[in-house]
Amino acid sequence: MDLRYSESDERFRAELRAWLAAAVPKHAAPPPAHDWDARVAYDCGWQRKLFDAGYAGINWPKAFGGRELSATEQLVYYEETARAGAPYVGVNFVGLLHGGPTIIAEGTPEQKAKHLPRILRGEELWCQGFSEPGAGSDLAALATRAIRVGDERQPSESYYIVNGHKIWCSFAHVGEFCELLVRTDAGAPKHRGISWLICPMNLPGIEIRPLPTLAGEGEFSEVFFSDVRVPIANRVGAENDGWRVTNVTLRFERGTAFASEMIKLQRVLADLVVVARQVTRHEACAWDDAGLRREVGHLLAELDALWAMVKRSVSEASKTGVPGLEGSAIKLFYTELFQRVSELGVRILGRAGLSRDDVAGLPSSTILQRHLNSLSLTIAAGSSQIQRNIVGERILGLPKDR
Amino acid sequence: MDFRLTDDQVALRDGIRSYCDDQLPPEKLGALAAAGGFDRALWNGVAEMGVFGLRRAESEGGIGLGMADAVLVFSELARRLVSGPLVWTHLAAGLVLGAASGDAIVGGLDLAGALGEPHLVEHFTKLDTLLVLHADRVEQLDPRALKSEPIATPLDPLTPLHHVRDLPAGERLGGADLVARLRLEGAALTAALSLGIAEMAQELATAYAKQREQFGRAIAGFQSIKHMLADMFVRQEMARAAVWSAGATMDQAGVGDPSRAVASAKVVAGDAAMKNARACIQIHGGMGYTWEMAPHYYLKRAWVLSTCFGTSEEHEEALAALIAR
Repeated sequence: MDLRYSESDERFRAELRAWLAAAVPKHAAPPPAHDWDARVAYDCGWQRKLFDAGYAGINWPKAFGGRELSATEQLVYYEETARAGAPYVGVNFVGLLHGGPTIIAEGTPEQKAKHLPRILRGEELWCQGFSEPGAGSDLAALATRAIRVGDERQPSESYYIVNGHKIWCSFAHVGEFCELLVRTDAGAPKHRGISWLICPMNLPGIEIRPLPTLAGEGEFSEVFFSDVRVPIANRVGAENDGWRVTNVTLRFERGTAFASEMIKLQRVLADLVVVARQVTRHEACAWDDAGLRREVGHLLAELDALWAMVKRSVSEASKTGVPGLEGSAIKLFYTELFQRVSELGVRILGRAGLSRDDVAGLPSSTILQRHLNSLSLTIAAGSSQIQRNIVGERILGLPKDR
Repeated sequence: MDFRLTDDQVALRDGIRSYCDDQLPPEKLGALAAAGGFDRALWNGVAEMGVFGLRRAESEGGIGLGMADAVLVFSELARRLVSGPLVWTHLAAGLVLGAASGDAIVGGLDLAGALGEPHLVEHFTKLDTLLVLHADRVEQLDPRALKSEPIATPLDPLTPLHHVRDLPAGERLGGADLVARLRLEGAALTAALSLGIAEMAQELATAYAKQREQFGRAIAGFQSIKHMLADMFVRQEMARAAVWSAGATMDQAGVGDPSRAVASAKVVAGDAAMKNARACIQIHGGMGYTWEMAPHYYLKRAWVLSTCFGTSEEHEEALAALIAR
């Protein structure tokens, strides 16, 4: 039970902190949420700076341009980037934290060489093509069909013909490649007929329709596939083995993908205290309310517990290389805690929380944006209800409810 | 950094666990309650395992371990509801002669926190020494010289109480620094006890839900029950992370602010103990509402712990002050 960072961890911390102190202030303010061209330029520009400085792909193998940091150095990285207020991965989320790690784990040498370096440099954006109108929580019920023409003996002339309808596809309108789940065997049990494809988004037959979120943003889209020809060489893992490949991806997503956001929440909470001192209630300010202070204290205690839990999980994962099942417990706790923090911000604002633009010198815009966006957290990447099933069935060994 | 148990810590935990599992299975709780909540033989057994002298140097007859080890031990004791003034006697090791060996049974009153009156002392008739924490000093008193009345019906049948009306000045053992240290360590150990409560409440509920059948199937298969159990597990694991982190932060200079880590652990583990014990009763259904089943003992102990070494409200205020700096 050793929480001390080693000397080399601390050297890494000092080096990173110095670099961030110079680089973060130079990277201008983030663009407005609706300006996608500017957002892509902002996020990819930051990713390129990380790459040039040697801080891209902190958990990726060196062979693919990553930094291959130890688990503890990754924690240092998250702590320091949060401390410095560094930009989030943003539009690079799917590539860096989802598709990339899956290709590292399951991809062919050609796939690795083609995609990983570009993802790391912020040159190749990815989007997600998992969910369908009839396959949300029951992801394995997906019906997008892929029929193979040709076979492995002639890979350059073989392809899948894909037809189907994906929904809630994050970053589909900016993504160059899509991590696409398709059904390659309609006769097999639902988990055994799925394959994982890398689908270029510029292929003929792909139609993207924006699906504005409740925050009014174009974060995700519906994507329609009509006789889209995806080369067979773009399959990751064996045909019909896509469910297992997907679970590798999902474990990454539930494991450490949100670590940087978790530690930033402490800063968010501290910022809310500043707002609470600004907001008036009768003759006093909101922060004079003991009930509010205790609520903030309680949330801080839970944030501390969450970060301690991440440290435990990372310590365990450093042995196996893959985040464990406790990732579901962390995801469940983190997403609901995030929503409680963000909702508290709206409550502190009072009537100012009815304005999505800054008003009366209060940061309504940021606080409202954060809270509205947070409502997706308990739905995406396996809803809280699915996570509770996973914790109950796979950790506590409770009978399945099917 | 390696935030996992060492082999020695696993052995320490397993040793205490097997002893407590053996000595105090749920079916013995009724007899222990009838005997006034204290079993000298069990106390001596706990003492022989070194629980009280755990953090004393080996040169002074202790085991020479730290808070990270102590929190593991105390969680184990609480899993089986081992009773007695465990935390106070442990804290008194090195201050009160005989405490480290468990020969002297030491209880206490924390008057430095928000909850002063009434002065309800746990396990009063068994005490050889009473420690009193004031804001600026620690005193020890001879409990036999104090006037007190027993509380006829204590909430926790395993935690008998006496009401001490007059509290004369005692022998001074130290000043504000000692008060602060004892309250910090006491809060960490109480959080560890709460973790044990939260864990066992989850385990009892899970085991019951797997074997209890209604509508022709185990109730654990119903999502309404399954999700309650999942939440209990999550609360338990968050409490574990917070409590272990508090222990390690107290031992290892430079990894964080011990006051913050302990306050967080007390809040999170206290919450987990209370909520898990409540859920444990709910999942046991009508049986959970009966005296003969174990769940109510866990809720009542969680309640006792919530009043010791700072309430959640006090620790939340302290944390709020830290983040508002």
